[in-house]
Amino acid sequence: MSPKTILQILALFGTLSVLSIGGGNTVLPDMQLKSEANGWLSPKQFADLFAISQAAPGPSVLIVTLVGYKAGGTGLWGVVGAVIATLAMVFPAGLLVYITARYWNSAKDAKWRKAVERGFAPLTVGLVLASGVIVARSADHSYGEWILTAIATLIFTCTKANPLLVVGAAGLIGWIAGNFGWIHP
Amino acid sequence: MPNTQYPIPGLLELALTFNKIALASFGGGLSAWSREVVVVERKWMTEEEFLSALTICRILPGANQINLAVFVGVKFRGIAGASAACAGLIFVPVLIVLALGWFYFAYSKVPAFKNVLHGMTPAAVAMTFAMALKTGQKCLGSAPAVALFVAMFLLSAVVRVPLLLSLVICGPFALWWGWPRPKKEAA
Repeated sequence: MSPKTILQILALFGTLSVLSIGGGNTVLPDMQLKSEANGWLSPKQFADLFAISQAAPGPSVLIVTLVGYKAGGTGLWGVVGAVIATLAMVFPAGLLVYITARYWNSAKDAKWRKAVERGFAPLTVGLVLASGVIVARSADHSYGEWILTAIATLIFTCTKANPLLVVGAAGLIGWIAGNFGWIHP
Repeated sequence: MPNTQYPIPGLLELALTFNKIALASFGGGLSAWSREVVVVERKWMTEEEFLSALTICRILPGANQINLAVFVGVKFRGIAGASAACAGLIFVPVLIVLALGWFYFAYSKVPAFKNVLHGMTPAAVAMTFAMALKTGQKCLGSAPAVALFVAMFLLSAVVRVPLLLSLVICGPFALWWGWPRPKKEAA
């Protein structure tokens, strides 16, 4: 991997980190264009990597790890590229959060903080519900998946079942249903 | 800190806790998992503190869940805590993603876990819905709160307004309603 590539990785993800207001997904279009322009990934590859990062556990922003991996050449240098890309994406935004959180913690008894905590709570519940709906829509929920969603919601709200077991069971159901062609042939 | 009793977590505990959150989130639902662990299980934050932190982390640039890990880490252990929580959240997922990426470029096909995912995504969505229901029971006790909730939901899920714009619209009302007032008007 050339020094030029390292600089390109640092510049791209360092910039996207600061621009990603509202979450990592907001800069995906930019990331795709730049990775294509830099000759790292075709649009199809980018879409596949996006699917992989969505499916893997952890934050979906880890698509940057994969873009860095390919930029570095997928070998050992690829791993170096992956690490650089991940750090470049995490560090600038993390620093802003750090400063904000310090300020927030020092204002423990301030009126404005109480106002934010009380007033933003209903807004956040609205946002959380909205994000559930948006994910379901973009994941192209079929009837079977909506039924599974409804049952799992009931279990999560009305019982004390371990959520991990429910997610595991749902995965098993999806696997069986997929193999029999009941969902998404 | 009011309403919370817990021993202050150490760096290792922060890292392991966020590692657990990350690994539990197969198929998504990271916010719901964070709440499940940070608020319900560890009692590190009150419900309102967590919810406001979540929105602050959404407003700031960066991946929301990484931001939240930093936010929680800073609360207990400053910059070292932020690094530990963040590293805990992404270290193992980075290894998993790299392994999957290696497979993808070596065999030029996406690993075959799509069917499993078709079951897990509904569960992750369900967890997000359940989180909205549970937190809603606690903080939607009055008409203005319900109005704020409905407005935010409609703006983001139906009208699809960008986050910042919807906050410019709803935020002033939320702050005005949430501003602490002298005793006579308890909500």
